[in-house]
Amino acid sequence: MIEGFIALYIFMLAAFTGYEVIARVPVILHTPLMSGSNFVHGIVLIGAMVALGHAETSLERWVGFIAVILGAGNAVGGYVVTERMLEMFKSSKRGG
Amino acid sequence: MIINLSYFVAAVLFILGLKQMSSPVTARRGIIWAGYGMVLATVVTFFHPELKGFLNYFLIILGIAIGGALAWWSAKRVAMTDMPQMIALYNGMGGGAAAGIGIVALLQGKDMSLLIQSIAALGVLIGAVAFSGSLVAYAKLQGLMNKTLRFSGQQKMNIALFAVTVLLGLWVTFSGNDVNNTVLLWFVVLSLVFGVLMTLPIGGADMPVVISLYNALTGLAVGFKGLVLDNPALMIAGVVVGAAGTLLTQLMAKAMNRSLGSVLFSGFGDTATAAATETGGTMKEIEASDVGVMMAFANKVIVVPGYGMAVAQAQHKVWELCQLLGERDVKVKFAIHPVAGRMPGHMNVLLAEAGVPYDMIYDLDEINQEFETADVALIIGANDVVNPVARTDPSSPIYGMPILNADKAKNVIVVKRGKGAGFSGIENALFFLDQTRMLYGDGQAAASELIQAVKEL
Repeated sequence: MIEGFIALYIFMLAAFTGYEVIARVPVILHTPLMSGSNFVHGIVLIGAMVALGHAETSLERWVGFIAVILGAGNAVGGYVVTERMLEMFKSSKRGG
Repeated sequence: MIINLSYFVAAVLFILGLKQMSSPVTARRGIIWAGYGMVLATVVTFFHPELKGFLNYFLIILGIAIGGALAWWSAKRVAMTDMPQMIALYNGMGGGAAAGIGIVALLQGKDMSLLIQSIAALGVLIGAVAFSGSLVAYAKLQGLMNKTLRFSGQQKMNIALFAVTVLLGLWVTFSGNDVNNTVLLWFVVLSLVFGVLMTLPIGGADMPVVISLYNALTGLAVGFKGLVLDNPALMIAGVVVGAAGTLLTQLMAKAMNRSLGSVLFSGFGDTATAAATETGGTMKEIEASDVGVMMAFANKVIVVPGYGMAVAQAQHKVWELCQLLGERDVKVKFAIHPVAGRMPGHMNVLLAEAGVPYDMIYDLDEINQEFETADVALIIGANDVVNPVARTDPSSPIYGMPILNADKAKNVIVVKRGKGAGFSGIENALFFLDQTRMLYGDGQAAASELIQAVKEL
């Protein structure tokens, strides 16, 4: 069980990591990066899977089921959109 | 053991992926790495010890199939110009999922410490607000909802609503294992309503900041759910996104010279109309053929694209035009304002789609000195980001916003659909300058005419 201060440490380190990773991003990549980070929080899908996985009543199942649909949409949609955007960033050394 | 190891690897892949996405050269690899991380985490979760019962497994697979297929289908179909609202939509789904996880955890009422239970409730609140708020942002950008709803006392009402929602959240938190379903239901409903009411009064120009904010909020909600579910992958990925999204939101708000507070709590269009000053002079029209001559014999042309180019889908024609000019040894550069379009980097994405190499594209800081040496500044569908009023008129709502100094160029050509004001409703002083000429027309049609004009020379 991750409790108390350990959780706090994880939160703090993760927060600094996120801050640092973004800090050096050129404006040109802001939209793809927002989309990319949107994809990364699609990890919520596995949380939704666990929530639905140990659901016991039908109410819990319904909520969990919707959460899984939404989470899968977040992950898949986020990936496809980001990938489509980044696909277009080609190297520019030709022509010029 | 294997599961935890896989989650660890997935978290590493996410962070490395995001890191690689911060450079154009490695960006593509970054999203693919993050994708591997996601697939790995999802697959091993099927072996998670807490998953039990055939029905639950069936529903999980069905849910992934439905959500995944719909998202895949819509994401493949959407045009590049509509990307911002799709990001809002998928982000909203993530927020909804996070709220759903919290609701299930609270319904089950397993022995949670007070801390965990409060985090679960807080995650529901944030997730639900991000969900409904993102949907409103989506509807606004998609044009499903044009009206910006404002009424007097709105802020007071929002604050009151928020207070009631928080009280219900506290009630849920302190209910222990025995959470009252009705209270929980109202807590969720009011959170959703608050998300809607908070987003409704925000004008379209501020939407990118709002989407970014909701992106960060969803990340935070996901991180909280990681704590509730005791899942480090969720905690790390969620909080990384939460922090990164917060920074990104600040960068965007700063680029627009708006504090986050003023984006969320004050109207934009209202003050704009009141402060619009009469600008002297007239707008002078010009023919495409004359512009063609002007650009073909110029040394340096700087193109300033804006949302108008996105709407007209003119990026391919614009690039064709620039290639023609390049053949004539005209130096062509693209100047991108951080908030041009509906999102930072929106224009870069569109230009990249058209095949414009990214080293021809310059940021505000990189190019602003160069306008003085440019023969022509070609402004396509941009407005507020080149409005010199931001430098000169303290009463203007955009006063102080960094702008592209297009007014310093020897000639300014403005391609514009009509004579109306920009998105913010502010009159643009640039259009009335002596060296400015207006080329009226849809961005794509105007670019085609210009191509024709240059070819005929």
